[in-house]
Amino acid sequence: MIGGLFIYNHKGEVLISRVYRDDIGRNAVDAFRVNVIHARQQVRSPVTNIARTSFFHVKRSNIWLAAVTKQNVNAAMVFEFLYKMCDVMTAYFGKISEENIKNNFVLIYELLDEILDFGYPQNSETGALKTFITQTGIKSQSKEEQSQITSQVTGQIGWRREGIKYRRNELFLDVLESVNLLMSPQGQVLSAHVSGRVVMKSYLSGMPECKFGMNDKIVIDKQGKGGEGATGQSIAIDDCTFHQCVRLSKFDAERSISFIPPDGECELMRYRTTKDIILPFRVIPLVREVGRTKLEVKVVIKSNFKPSLLAQKIEVRIPTPLNTSGVQVICMKGKAKYKASENAIVWKIKRMAGMKESQISAEIELLPTNDKKKWARPPISMNFEVPFAPSGLKVRYLKVFEPKLNYSDHDVIKWVRYIGRSGIYETRC
Amino acid sequence: MPAVSKGDGMRGLAVFISDIRNCKSKEAEIKRINKELANIRSKFKGDKALDGYSKKKYVCKLLFIFLLGHDIDFGHMEAVNLLSSNKYTEKQIGYLFISVLVNSNSELIRLINNAIKNDLSSRNPTFMCLALHCIANVGSREMAEAFAGEIPRILVAGDTMDSVKQSAALCLLRLYKASPDLVLMGEWTSRVVHLLNDQHMGVVTAAISLITCLSSKNPDEFKTCVSLAVSRLSRIVSSASTDLQDYTYYFVPAPWLSCKLLRLLQCYPPPEDGAVKGRLVECLETILNKAQEPPKSKKVQHSNAKNAILFEAISLIIHYDSEPNLLVRACNQLGQFLQHRETNLRYLALESMCTLASSEFSHEAVKTHIETVINALKTERDVSVRQRAADLLYAMCDRSNAKQIVAEMLSYLETADYSIREEMVLKVAILAEKYAVDYSWYVDTILNLIRIAGDYVSEEVWYRVIQIVINRDDVQGYAAKTVFEALQAPACHENMVKVGGYILGEFGNLIAGDPRSSPLVQFNLLHSKFHLCSVPTRALLLSAYIKFINLFPETKATIQEVLRSDSQIRNSDVELQQRAVEYLKLSSIASTDVLATVLEEMPPFPERESSILAKLKKKKGPGAVTVELEDGKERGELNGGGDRGGDAAIAASNASTPSPSADLLGLRSTAPVSGTTPSAGSLLVDVFSEAGPSATSAGVNDDGFLSSAPPTVASEDPAPPLPESDELLNKFVCKNNGVLFENQLLQIGIKSEYRQNLGRMYLFYGNKTSVQFVSFNTTVSCPGELQSQLNVQTKTVEPLVEGGAQVQQVINIECLTDFIDAPLLNIKFRYGGALQNISLKLPVTINKFFQPTEMAAADFFQRWKQLSQPQQEAQKIFKASHGMDTEVLKAKLLGLGTALLENVDPNPENYVCAGVIQTKAQQVGCLLRLEPNAQAQMYRLTLRSSKDTVSQRVCDLLAEQF
Repeated sequence: MIGGLFIYNHKGEVLISRVYRDDIGRNAVDAFRVNVIHARQQVRSPVTNIARTSFFHVKRSNIWLAAVTKQNVNAAMVFEFLYKMCDVMTAYFGKISEENIKNNFVLIYELLDEILDFGYPQNSETGALKTFITQTGIKSQSKEEQSQITSQVTGQIGWRREGIKYRRNELFLDVLESVNLLMSPQGQVLSAHVSGRVVMKSYLSGMPECKFGMNDKIVIDKQGKGGEGATGQSIAIDDCTFHQCVRLSKFDAERSISFIPPDGECELMRYRTTKDIILPFRVIPLVREVGRTKLEVKVVIKSNFKPSLLAQKIEVRIPTPLNTSGVQVICMKGKAKYKASENAIVWKIKRMAGMKESQISAEIELLPTNDKKKWARPPISMNFEVPFAPSGLKVRYLKVFEPKLNYSDHDVIKWVRYIGRSGIYETRC
Repeated sequence: MPAVSKGDGMRGLAVFISDIRNCKSKEAEIKRINKELANIRSKFKGDKALDGYSKKKYVCKLLFIFLLGHDIDFGHMEAVNLLSSNKYTEKQIGYLFISVLVNSNSELIRLINNAIKNDLSSRNPTFMCLALHCIANVGSREMAEAFAGEIPRILVAGDTMDSVKQSAALCLLRLYKASPDLVLMGEWTSRVVHLLNDQHMGVVTAAISLITCLSSKNPDEFKTCVSLAVSRLSRIVSSASTDLQDYTYYFVPAPWLSCKLLRLLQCYPPPEDGAVKGRLVECLETILNKAQEPPKSKKVQHSNAKNAILFEAISLIIHYDSEPNLLVRACNQLGQFLQHRETNLRYLALESMCTLASSEFSHEAVKTHIETVINALKTERDVSVRQRAADLLYAMCDRSNAKQIVAEMLSYLETADYSIREEMVLKVAILAEKYAVDYSWYVDTILNLIRIAGDYVSEEVWYRVIQIVINRDDVQGYAAKTVFEALQAPACHENMVKVGGYILGEFGNLIAGDPRSSPLVQFNLLHSKFHLCSVPTRALLLSAYIKFINLFPETKATIQEVLRSDSQIRNSDVELQQRAVEYLKLSSIASTDVLATVLEEMPPFPERESSILAKLKKKKGPGAVTVELEDGKERGELNGGGDRGGDAAIAASNASTPSPSADLLGLRSTAPVSGTTPSAGSLLVDVFSEAGPSATSAGVNDDGFLSSAPPTVASEDPAPPLPESDELLNKFVCKNNGVLFENQLLQIGIKSEYRQNLGRMYLFYGNKTSVQFVSFNTTVSCPGELQSQLNVQTKTVEPLVEGGAQVQQVINIECLTDFIDAPLLNIKFRYGGALQNISLKLPVTINKFFQPTEMAAADFFQRWKQLSQPQQEAQKIFKASHGMDTEVLKAKLLGLGTALLENVDPNPENYVCAGVIQTKAQQVGCLLRLEPNAQAQMYRLTLRSSKDTVSQRVCDLLAEQF
């Protein structure tokens, strides 16, 4: 169980300090600052043990969030909570920055009181929290409303209150994926995986019962036996987690995903796949050393998806040797620039259609050094955004049943969107 | 970046540094640095030449980045270019970069050296100084190689500026310290010494550091500096405080220079020239006088400077140790400081007094301060000062005040700091022993010591008590009584139990008359402590118990009961179990007489250097201990562990009593019997591992050697032959030359020739050590009936064998009749005072007198048949212990001395030999047949001769060879 939670700025000054248990003293605040934030060697492990006290930290830009405990807790739970905490804060006041935290410190203490009780994580659903923790000053709530909140928070379906009414019943579904890749210079895939999330935004009246279907291999195969030929591809999901609203018993038994969604936005599920990944881009590097003072780099990128689709925000980052003294870049498309402060050439392309290719060539001048060390040639990395799911996931249906109110599945307006982003997408050169 | 203001301030650098300081995170800092590095790289790469200002600026930035902890791998060339600039600031930055960043194996070193050379030969003193500082800062071997010849020239040149001379002197000092072999003063020596006469005080100060360092390495060359230093010193000391202007520090004229001069003088003995000496004494007196004068200033700097000179002068006085007057005055001066309120001064006074105490002239003077020092020991707040006080008490101790000082130290020990307790204990133990007039006082003191600070009493201390008690008949009774009383305390330190166990075991009978300390009471008292002790102590107690059985037969039943108990006889510790088993057996089997012999009282220990003193010396390093050694240093060996000695002693007792487990211990047997008791060893004789000569070697080598070493017994009787001498004998059956024996000390080579019944043998004794063997003596004896069978004549050898030398001895042998045993060779000598005694069998065997006989197959078979009586034949079937190589076999058979007969045996695999053994009495014909079986790796050896004993002996000898 979490004994305390601290938020520091980049200098190690404490912005927020909330202690839940007696075993965490005030000195724990300093211990973390001295041993992690101000450590001589950068601390890379997210878990640090100082004097039999464990510190779990995450860093958001310049802000450190640290959870402290003296007990043997589930580290994954603590990190899940910290990420949730970040999400909640972002939902309330936007970017997590020192200034925002200072401006909202009362709110943060209020939130911390709500989402952690004696160190045990509680309901951290933003939608539910927003009903009773507000930023807009105290609005005198009627008794009715208050009792409603109480019954909701303590009830079986804590994430949704009753009596929600919309004129238009709408539902948005986003499939967000990030592709991670490491490729050899010869084009051999060394490792690749996709981690994805299904995010749902619902504006539905009443207490609707929803059912979500996708091209999960197990489900498709089961149905395929039934006679209906499996159309299109199915995907193998390595592992997945669900939002608390999903009925896990049903998933375990029938592998069907059914739930009563919270009002507004929620992350319905998270998953990971490693097989049959569609790699949206292929990077072909060509590096040639001309003598000791010159390096010629040529990089070709090929888009590998339907020509009708458009990739966006493409950025290729080509590392340069540490003794670079000058760079000339020629590229067919987009803009390329040598960024000295990052020791890399950054090539940006706004848009690119599928089945196209583009090329950049650069001449790098080197300063001869008396250092015998050879350049390590770090990999070329890439960022992009594509309007499809690289894992191949397809939403087959999302059915809504609301038996009490008089609207049917057909009346609900549904939107589905796929966004594939790059995670760590690297090619060795 | 455009070269803006061309002043000294580099705006770009300032901006860069403030940027870095303003960075919010490490990442931001690295980004900024990367950007700057890329900028500098492009600037350096740029084709158009940079002006000096920007070069300087960028080199500065690189230096700053390097100092932030980032690697810099370029810019060296630009820095070297800066060296050739004519602007001071640019040159300075260049040199700075080079002294910080350039490592010695850089390729640029040639360029740098060139630039430095140019600067050195320029007339500009600032540039010369910069170059010299760079050389000193880098101080590498390459630098020394390049400039070691140049700098002395600059140093002594008449037209060099003073500031440059200063730098040159210090630079040379640095190079000399780094690589002394490259700095050769030679011709410059006298001119360097004359720098002491320089007008400029700075030059003198710098030069004197150099001269002090040089003269400590080769004092003779710089001898002339003494008189110069003295005159310089006297000029400074006699000058008024205002004379030296810049070099007067808080009214003290040139304090640093004075200290250095005094320190230089400490490298040399007192000047022989009367005038010089007179002047020096005058100086020292003036310094001592000045210390008495009222201070000219209340500032602490003034008194510090004054005292610095004073203490340096006092150490010079102590170093000379020839002026009683000065020594006493110094002592009085220090006495005043002992009560000074400045702690540092008290510390220094105590420290200097320690050295003064060792001088015969001032010892008495130091002693007058005893009360103050004791007071300091008790009341000082700083532990280091108390430590010095303890040192001084130790140093000033002599027969007259020993009792007082020891008592004070003992009483202080109870409250002393843990860090100095062990040292205090050693000191008390040494003083108590050294100045003990009556030994009961000594025993009391040490027992007190163990009682007060048992944990800090090292093994050596209690070893020493026991040595002394055993060597002094007069204190034994008293010691036994005191120990008995001390043991009655409910909580005893383990060391006390050890001493108690040992002493009661030896001398318990002396107090047994008193019913309060009857044998049984003594035993019960000891045994009540038994269970609280560690294993080594228990082992010692067990030995004490067996001695009790000897001393007091009435305790036998009780002790046997204890030994028989499971906790002893089945103890999980091997040592304890073994002792219990053996003592139990010993006590039940051996008769009273045997017991009395085995468990006889310890013989006195030989006098030697106190092991405690050695320990103290080891702890403090030489010099701190000023007590002269009582004994020669040649006995460097510390006391071995009492435990191992005990083992050896038991082994010795086993040698005389047939005990079933004798072999168990025989492994380590060193039979340590001291020269005065030729009987079997008495128990625990070797607690201090002195007696056995092997102990000396065991001290040098480890136990492994001990166990493999031959038992070299230190008695005057010849030792029994080595267990492996039979093997040695076998080695020489088939060969006449080789190394007979070898151990850590001695090697014996052998060379022999035989004709008919006569033989001559040369023995070569090689001393493998660097120490000479004294009273080296060898004898050859023929035991038993061999005397009538063999006639052996030897020539005596020189009694002295130098270290590393070899001596030769000739032995003539005549074979009278056939024989079986081999003559014995006994070697005795003293090595490092310890008697070595080695016995070996001389490799003289019957087959040496073979005369080969060639004969044809028919002849052979005829004779073979003639010798067909059963007693004439000896046969053996045995397994091959070496390979069955034919060539080797043949060589061995030939080496035996017989003739190898070819084409005799129908089976070509078999070997057939014939020979005649020549003795004075008769000739014995001998035929041999060896049948190897390669599959089974077996041999069948058949021998037939006209004499049955010969057949048997030769067969036995030969069987061991294959």
